[in-house]
Order: sequence, then structure tokens, then C-alpha cells
Amino acid sequence: MLPLFAILFPLWIVLNGSLATDVLITGLIATLVIAAGSRGSLSPLTEFRVTPAALWAVPRYLLYFLKELVKSNLRLAAVVLSPELPLNPGIVKVRTRLKSRMGRLLLANSITLTPGTLTVELQDDWLYVHWVRMETDDSEGATARIVAGFERYLEVIYG
Amino acid sequence: MEPSLVNAFPPTPLNLIGGLLLVAGTAFLLLGGLGLVRMPDLFNRIQAGTKATTLGTLLSLAGVACLQPDWSLKLLLIGLFILFTNPLSSQVLARSAHRLGSKQSPLTRVDRLAEDSGEAP
Amino acid sequence: MVETLVMLAAGLAGTAFLLALWRFVKGPAAADRVVAFDSLTIISITGILLVALAEGRGIYLDIALIYALLSFLGVIVIARYLEGGL
Repeated sequence: MLPLFAILFPLWIVLNGSLATDVLITGLIATLVIAAGSRGSLSPLTEFRVTPAALWAVPRYLLYFLKELVKSNLRLAAVVLSPELPLNPGIVKVRTRLKSRMGRLLLANSITLTPGTLTVELQDDWLYVHWVRMETDDSEGATARIVAGFERYLEVIYG
Repeated sequence: MEPSLVNAFPPTPLNLIGGLLLVAGTAFLLLGGLGLVRMPDLFNRIQAGTKATTLGTLLSLAGVACLQPDWSLKLLLIGLFILFTNPLSSQVLARSAHRLGSKQSPLTRVDRLAEDSGEAP
Repeated sequence: MVETLVMLAAGLAGTAFLLALWRFVKGPAAADRVVAFDSLTIISITGILLVALAEGRGIYLDIALIYALLSFLGVIVIARYLEGGL
């Protein structure tokens, strides 16, 4: 509950753009109620490992993610723009080493946000990923290509 | 065309960058729309339609932040929100569609999920 | 100069909106329309931003934020409904 509160309360202040007492009190009550009501749900701070290595991995993860986002968007743009529409779609199976719920959520989200790959289902350690231009249908090769890059950072941050 | 813009933006470097970011962002939106029209099946459409547009929106947000620096914080919030929720809605939709047996393009060669859940691929 | 760029951006976003609208009308399945709806909302957010810029009104950003929120909830609810889990 505290991690959620730690996100919601600053959010409230930013949205209001004011530090007046009544605004703060209203926000405090509202965010506490919401945080208490959604105990057990996830927030980006759940299971966050507060270690120097983890904190250092956050900016590197964001940087890597943005790089991948731009790269894969350009690749998908090339596919959409080419007259013959060179597709080779397939749903492949990849494995993740991540154990934490938040780590897995962020992994699935990262895979989905980089166009060309879309997480369809998550079962135990396996993710099923739709791939617009499938490079390999072998699950180990696909894991190395789709998962490994993000996992390297998320493993340090969430485990 | 200028009169419709109440606020005129002087051509400072920051404003020019903002304008260019806006054009780049909306160009990605256009590509997303084009992908939505051209892609042959639902899964490919999700890929093109809801994610090329995510980068487009992020670039547009950055562009607006350059033109109106006062709005940066709120724009950042919108950006973060989209980054978090957009993939979730795509994933939920893709999963329901797959469970319902959404028709896939004949180009699709491999479907490990259908194999593992015991359906015909 | 900058105004021209903003106008160009508005044109591009408008065209993107029309393309997504075509998919929304054409379908063929309900899920395809949901994807198109999702894209339409995302494109509209940029549209709202452009209007906010043109009018110089920061309050419109709140509308964009709520719009993003509603689109997210809408897609989740429809997906659950299609699956029969509602």
C-alpha cells in the first residue's frame, strides 16, 4: 500500500499545482483511501530492489528501451510503407528468468511497446509473443532476440 | 493559415525543434493509421495501429513541451500514463482475440500458443 | 514558420485519424473495431494537444489525460466483454 501512496500523492500535488493546506489534506485522505483499497495490486515501486546497482540500472533501462522503441518503430514504418508489405507473422514462445510480478509486467509491456513484437499470453515462465517479421520459430533463439535485452536490466531492478 | 493560431510562436531554436518534433510525431501517427488499413489480420493491426502511434504521441508531447515549457510536467504525466496503459490494453485485446480464435492471416506460419493450448494452428 | 509546422502536424494527424476511421467502419470483426477505436483515441490526444497549443490553453491537457484514461478502461472492458468474462 505504501508504494502506491508514494506515487499517488506526488501525482495529486503535480495535478493540482498547489501546496495549499486544504489541497494537501484532501489529497492525503483521497490517496490513502485509494492506496488502502487497492492493497495487493502492483505499482512500479512494488518489489523494487533499493540497491545502488538497481538504481543505476533504471536510467540505463530507460535509455535502452527508448533506443529500441525508435529502432523498431522505424523498422515497422519501413514494412508498412513498402508496397509489397513484407510480413512473416507468427506467435513464438519465449522464456523469462524474471520471478517478480512487476518485473514480468514491465517485460511484457516493453516487448509490446517495441513494435514488431506483441505479448499475447503469459503462462508460468513462458511468454507467447506475436512477431510481425519472425526471424526464428525456435524458442531459445527467440528468447535471445526478444527478451534478453530487457531482461538484463529488469533482473537487476526487480529480480 | 496563421490567423487561426491565437498564439504566434517566434522562430526561436527551441520552438523550431518543437515544431519539427510535432511533425515527426504526427508522421508516425500517419504511419500507424496506414498500418491499420494495410495489415492483413488483427494481430498485425494491433502492432501497427496501437504502437507506431505510441511513439508518435510521445514525440508530439515532447514537441508541445518545447513550444510551451510551462506544460512540461503535465505532458510528462500524459506520456508516462500512455507508456504504461497502452501496451496493457493491446495485450488484453490480443489475448481475448486469440482465445476467441480470431482469424489469422494465411501468412502466419507458426502459432505456438495455439499448439500449446491444444487447438489446431 | 513554426505555425506552418504546427499546421502540417495537424494535417498529418487528421489524415491518420481518417485512416483509422476507415478501419473502424470496415471492421470486419468487433476486435478490429476496438483496435481502430484505440488508435483513434491515441490520435485524438495529439489532436487535443494541437488545439491546446493553438488556443494557448493548458487546461485542455487535463482533457487529454482523462481521454487516455477512458480509452484504456474502454478497451479493457470491451476485451473482457468479448471474452465473456464481464
